[in-house]
Amino acid sequence: MAIKFEQVNFSYGAGTTLAQSVLHHVSLEMKTGAITAIIGQTGSGKSTLVQHINGLLKPTSGKVTIDDFELTSKTKEKELVTLRQKVGMVFQFPENQLFANTVIEDVMYAPLNFGSNKEAARSLAEKALTRVGVAESLWMKSPFDLSGGQMRRVAMAGALASDPEVIVMDEPAAGLDPKGQKELLNLVLELKKLGKTVVFISHQMDHVIHVADKVIVMHDGEVSAETTPQELFNRDINWFKEMRLDLPKAGQFSEKLEKAGIKLSRRPLTVDELADLINKEIDHE
Amino acid sequence: MNNIMIGRFIPGESFIHRLDPRTKMIATFVYIFVMLWADSWQTYLWAAIFIFASIKLTSQPLKLYWDGLKPIFCLILFTVVLQLLFTPGTPTLLKIGPLQITTTGVVNAVYVMIRFILIILMSTILTLTTPPTSIANAIESLLKPLKKIRVPVAELALMLSIALRFVPLLMDETQKIMNAQKSRGMSFSSGGPIKRAKAIIPLLIPLFIGALQRALDLANAMEVRGFKDAVQRTKYRVLKYNRVDYFAFGCLGVFTVIFIGIKLIS
Repeated sequence: MAIKFEQVNFSYGAGTTLAQSVLHHVSLEMKTGAITAIIGQTGSGKSTLVQHINGLLKPTSGKVTIDDFELTSKTKEKELVTLRQKVGMVFQFPENQLFANTVIEDVMYAPLNFGSNKEAARSLAEKALTRVGVAESLWMKSPFDLSGGQMRRVAMAGALASDPEVIVMDEPAAGLDPKGQKELLNLVLELKKLGKTVVFISHQMDHVIHVADKVIVMHDGEVSAETTPQELFNRDINWFKEMRLDLPKAGQFSEKLEKAGIKLSRRPLTVDELADLINKEIDHE
Repeated sequence: MNNIMIGRFIPGESFIHRLDPRTKMIATFVYIFVMLWADSWQTYLWAAIFIFASIKLTSQPLKLYWDGLKPIFCLILFTVVLQLLFTPGTPTLLKIGPLQITTTGVVNAVYVMIRFILIILMSTILTLTTPPTSIANAIESLLKPLKKIRVPVAELALMLSIALRFVPLLMDETQKIMNAQKSRGMSFSSGGPIKRAKAIIPLLIPLFIGALQRALDLANAMEVRGFKDAVQRTKYRVLKYNRVDYFAFGCLGVFTVIFIGIKLIS
């Protein structure tokens, strides 16, 4: 499921006196089976961008192609059901979408909507719950009796249950504890192994460098970089300041070392790499 | 969700914007009250002139007011049709069974429509130029005399301003939940009426839970900051009538006097 944006413009309230333009001439591509990270400061249009992938928003002008589905300003609401079946969406704080009496019923909601019968929906839901690590003993409980972390998992299972080919996540790690974040990254990698296309928004550069194959930088509603994390994080530090982005932790540390007079042979992107480079530096002396 | 115009405030620096919110509220009520006595085309014309002059003074595009009228058009149309079909009188223009259209009916229908539009325009001027918190303050200030008979005016005003503050929040929340459930294949437009009503449940339950949670959070936040009811409080924004307000009251008085004059003559 390749995703392609061509000259996409988007305004909220287009055609009214209060129109607000958010995306300007966005063209980009996300490859099938790859993990794409979208980064950028708050208000740069990241969330607006990803909501085009399952047709929650339609471009004011331009075109989004998802596999063989073409999304333009003229696409009808009815046609979007087939698209939403293929694209699962996990929102910021997805636990706010829980509503059913039991965990399993809540997760069965999407498959049932997309035309599975009860048995099929149930087995899909069980698979999704197992994948995100919700213990079977919780399946018949009310989702509102769960802890915050468990609710988050159930909500993610709710988006994964219809077995979509593309999974879009809007800041999935926000508000999770370190262990939860690690498990989330493992889930993302596992989804990739299953051949899914994953798109996620993140503010944590370490997550990006850890899992992403490709990174897209949004700035003021425009794409200001579309490249690999390795290339991106080796750019000049001033560019990051201009985009109001951070380096991964290891990179930040090496910048500080350099200011303190210790220059490493290149900028490390992970903590392991940082350790290697410092070791080498010490051996040299 | 973002294009609902009813009750929307647009900041500005116009004459009407600078008026004390109480002035605007009193003017709105006086205007609505006066409109109840309108009965001839001359009186409606005078009332319309007053409204358009006021709209001009808000320095907002006419389109905004038009957008504000649109959602209420069905309601207006409904009353107009009722007036048209059920007004007795002669001469009868058309008669189908118990329904008849009379000349009085047509005239009444047109008058009712104009009255509706003018009253809505007047309230739109109020909400368009006054922030919701100022409206709440104005209500509190205007209801002050009721304190003497032990009406908890300050508490009512606080409830009102909290409720007003929650409207945009809940609207945001609704949009978010709707997006989430739409992504999970929710559809309002398929199936029979029962199925459609059922489709709202996944929207309503999270919305209610979210609202209750927010209310609890707010109550806690107020409590830890030492909120107590029935305490004499000072205000950050003290309402004060200025020269513009006296001028506005003068205009309102002139409008009313001329209105009564026209009514007596015609």
